[in-house]
Amino acid sequence: MAFDQNSKRIFKVVGSRPPRPDGVEKVTGRALYGADMTAPGMLSGAILRSPHAHARIVSIDTSAAEALQGVKAVVTSADFGVPDDEFLRDVQDNCMARGKVLYHGHALGAVAATSAAVAKQALALIVVDYEILPHVTDVDAAMRPDAPVVQEGRSLENVGPGLSQNVTSYCEFGHGDLDAGFDQADLIISRSFKTAATHQGYIEPHACLASLSADGRGDLWCCTQGQFFVRTLCAGILGIEASQLRVTASEIGGGFGGKTTVFIEPVALTLARKSGRPVKIVMSREEVFKATGPTVSSSMDIKIGMTREGRITAAQAQLRYQGGAFPCGTVEMGAQAAFAAYDLAAVQTQGWNVLTNRPKEAAYRAPGAPMAIYAVESVVDELCQQLALDPLAVRLMNAAQKGTLSSYGPTFDDIGLRATLEAAQAHPHYSAPLRPNQGRGLSCGFWFNFGGNTCVSLNINTDGTVGITEGNPDIGGSRASISLMAAEELGIPYDKVRTIVADTSSLGYNDVTDGSRVTFSVGLATIEAARSAIKVMCGRAARIWGIEEDAVIWEDGCAKPAGPNAGAFPPMSLAEIAAVSANTGGPIAGHFEVNADGAGVSFGVHLADVEVDPETGATKVLRYTVFQDAGKAVHPDYVEGQMQGGAVQGIGWALNEEYIYGADGRLQNAGFLDYRTPVASDLPNIDTVILEIPNPGHPYGVRGVGETPIVPPLAALSNAVSRAIGVRLNELPMSPPKVLGAIMQRG
Amino acid sequence: MVRVKIWGSLRPLADGQSEIELEARTFKEVLDQLGARYPALRPQIKRGVSMALNGRIYREAWFTKIPPESEVVLMPYMAGG
Amino acid sequence: MKTIQISTTVNGDALETLCAPDETLLDVLRNRLGLTGVKEGCGTGDCGACSVTLDGRLVCSCLVLGVEADGAHIGTVEGLADHDHLHPLQRHFIDGAALQCGICTPGILVAAKALLDRNPDPSESEIRYWLAGNLCRCTGYDKIIKAVQSAAAEMRSA
Repeated sequence: MAFDQNSKRIFKVVGSRPPRPDGVEKVTGRALYGADMTAPGMLSGAILRSPHAHARIVSIDTSAAEALQGVKAVVTSADFGVPDDEFLRDVQDNCMARGKVLYHGHALGAVAATSAAVAKQALALIVVDYEILPHVTDVDAAMRPDAPVVQEGRSLENVGPGLSQNVTSYCEFGHGDLDAGFDQADLIISRSFKTAATHQGYIEPHACLASLSADGRGDLWCCTQGQFFVRTLCAGILGIEASQLRVTASEIGGGFGGKTTVFIEPVALTLARKSGRPVKIVMSREEVFKATGPTVSSSMDIKIGMTREGRITAAQAQLRYQGGAFPCGTVEMGAQAAFAAYDLAAVQTQGWNVLTNRPKEAAYRAPGAPMAIYAVESVVDELCQQLALDPLAVRLMNAAQKGTLSSYGPTFDDIGLRATLEAAQAHPHYSAPLRPNQGRGLSCGFWFNFGGNTCVSLNINTDGTVGITEGNPDIGGSRASISLMAAEELGIPYDKVRTIVADTSSLGYNDVTDGSRVTFSVGLATIEAARSAIKVMCGRAARIWGIEEDAVIWEDGCAKPAGPNAGAFPPMSLAEIAAVSANTGGPIAGHFEVNADGAGVSFGVHLADVEVDPETGATKVLRYTVFQDAGKAVHPDYVEGQMQGGAVQGIGWALNEEYIYGADGRLQNAGFLDYRTPVASDLPNIDTVILEIPNPGHPYGVRGVGETPIVPPLAALSNAVSRAIGVRLNELPMSPPKVLGAIMQRG
Repeated sequence: MVRVKIWGSLRPLADGQSEIELEARTFKEVLDQLGARYPALRPQIKRGVSMALNGRIYREAWFTKIPPESEVVLMPYMAGG
Repeated sequence: MKTIQISTTVNGDALETLCAPDETLLDVLRNRLGLTGVKEGCGTGDCGACSVTLDGRLVCSCLVLGVEADGAHIGTVEGLADHDHLHPLQRHFIDGAALQCGICTPGILVAAKALLDRNPDPSESEIRYWLAGNLCRCTGYDKIIKAVQSAAAEMRSA
């Protein structure tokens, strides 16, 4: 759907900052999240998890657990079928191991009992005979031909010879003549990088409440980014019809990509079917770390050539991502995103996805992009340092813009990168003085953004208010943004609109809340639904006035005669038309269903100042500014919120967060004490500058903003630390011991 | 006539070409003809591909019309967070 | 394990309930008293989502046993508002967009109120250190700190 080019639109409510509709519920504790729901006769479910990184399940004896007073059902993989579809089979096998446990924490049994205490007791009574197998958790080790094989037969046809079966897929992107490009360079730098796996770290653990009766009718309440996708997966795994399983998304306590699949839901449904009672499962934090999706860890080689003046002549990246025990497609996105910010004559990226004995990766904000762009932006910065060039000027000199052939194939349409860089260059932050042990880093960031399947239903109530039904869980204030767009289009006040997120029985299919798609896609569908309701309202007014329908226009929330020739009638407001709707043809509504495209890519630039304590190696972020193109900021508070929240997740990734595995393949830091996410005292205010370069694919010019902000912090902080201490680290996180080690080596 | 650019790792499956000329008016016709002409591409098409048309990414829309002189780029099907 | 009867005052209401000797105050509040505004993020005292006050002291209710609430006064997020009149912190959190998903919000509000009860005019750095035990993964803390500052300013001028 195209940007409304015809009018230089002056927005009335879009761009304002009203209170969010779910605010009061959330500040009073009344909002209901995954774990907050109960049902009469409800049982507590608990899951048995593997203590080993890799083992064959020789036998499972559940008889003692079943005999325990209060236990109503015990399930293992024997209680599930084997789906024909490979993707579905992987999802199920991740929820309940079949034959082998593939990582420390992999589920292999579950019980439902009358209390959580009994369920826990019953788990201890399940006897499993394991045949322990060799394991591998490091990506480079897993690629070697002699590595322990996590799953047999999963390599795609595009993986070259000489690699372990753990390498599941290969991809390559790019254009131009690399050799010729590198020949033109005055300086070529090649570096290798590693980044640790990090977890999305949502504060709400996964939780669900399932019921499934003998006739195959089920209800599922869960915290998820996509209730429709949960239905698809669960109905497929349980072998029930989609129409018979109603999934309701609770309020969601954070997701960031990690709640785009299922872990406990099919297990709870299976326990509910077997026990004949509702079953609730709530994960512990330890289970969240061990068995839900972190992001990939990576090993990367980057080579970039630059002229003395700062023009990049050629660029090359090799990316190796491990995504845990099941195949993933994450490296493809990293390989396409790596050089997106640059206008390059010669570029090549290659990527390998690799299996290891770790939990299956799940999407995490711009999946695959942060690590690749970290590595690229680090080498660009080092080139600038060695050639004594201003890093911002170099980025501007090489910046992709409209008409640039992108490194991943298409030619860019309107993009905001140059404007974003110019805003950063002009900002006082960029020229503020620094003291000893301090450094300033900068990085560009990029994400594709997606649209996707979307349904919106908009009802005009007879009192002149409007109800909107949409199907995407609100993870960052989207109900407010959607209400704003409806109010804008209809010409009524924001507080006359209420937007709710519907269950799977109330609307057609909606894709998951992911890919920064909701404000874009649901907003677009809302605008279209409003336009169709407006058409109905204009028709009603026309009939009341006795004139032709096309002689009526909609303006400022009222139907009006299109001009003097149409007749002289006083405008009829939405409320006036709604009040007589029963007399004029019945209820008035609009709806719109679409698989939205044209989301429009998003670029951001971050500036970070740090101070490194030379005694301890600890890095303190002193000042941080985020510049990002939002197309059109519908509710600027929540756009800033995405920019700030994403930046801080990236700061955590850069400085502290990591999955630590022992030689035994066990996860050593499955808790918030040892997996350290940023806390309030670690951080300064995160300043934000929103740019608005309209997205040609949305009527108001909206672009998704949620994912790009996690991308730049990794390199921005690495570049800042390297400038502060005079030596560069090529590994994340830059935890104090590593930084101190680098300082000591420097001497 | 449409020239479809394919990504690097698909080229060995399409006789080493980086651009393929087809008679196609829609995304679906592009996919059908690619699969017909280069059977080795079928597994990837089945796994999922997106299409960038004049810089705009379409993930699934079969009947997206391809105007003459358009830039058409095949991309892997992608998901976000 | 035999349950124990406890008498406690929650948000001013005198309540009686049973609890197991090893049951946490968090579980008693959520599962026996229906106060699900108290959230569990970790169960190990690392995230602060379950913050409540126990006789005026800020605690993680997951680290307190239910039996310790016997004879004590507990304050939770449900007790912040005076009927339909929101506490200034609650209003400023909404107006300042200091919540996104909202799961950490109850604990942060309880913790912030405990701070302002002791120190009506905290510096930014005092707020940041006081709230260092409350994890938020959505906001980057920026708008939370600002909302606490603006609520404190309003409360001082009241």
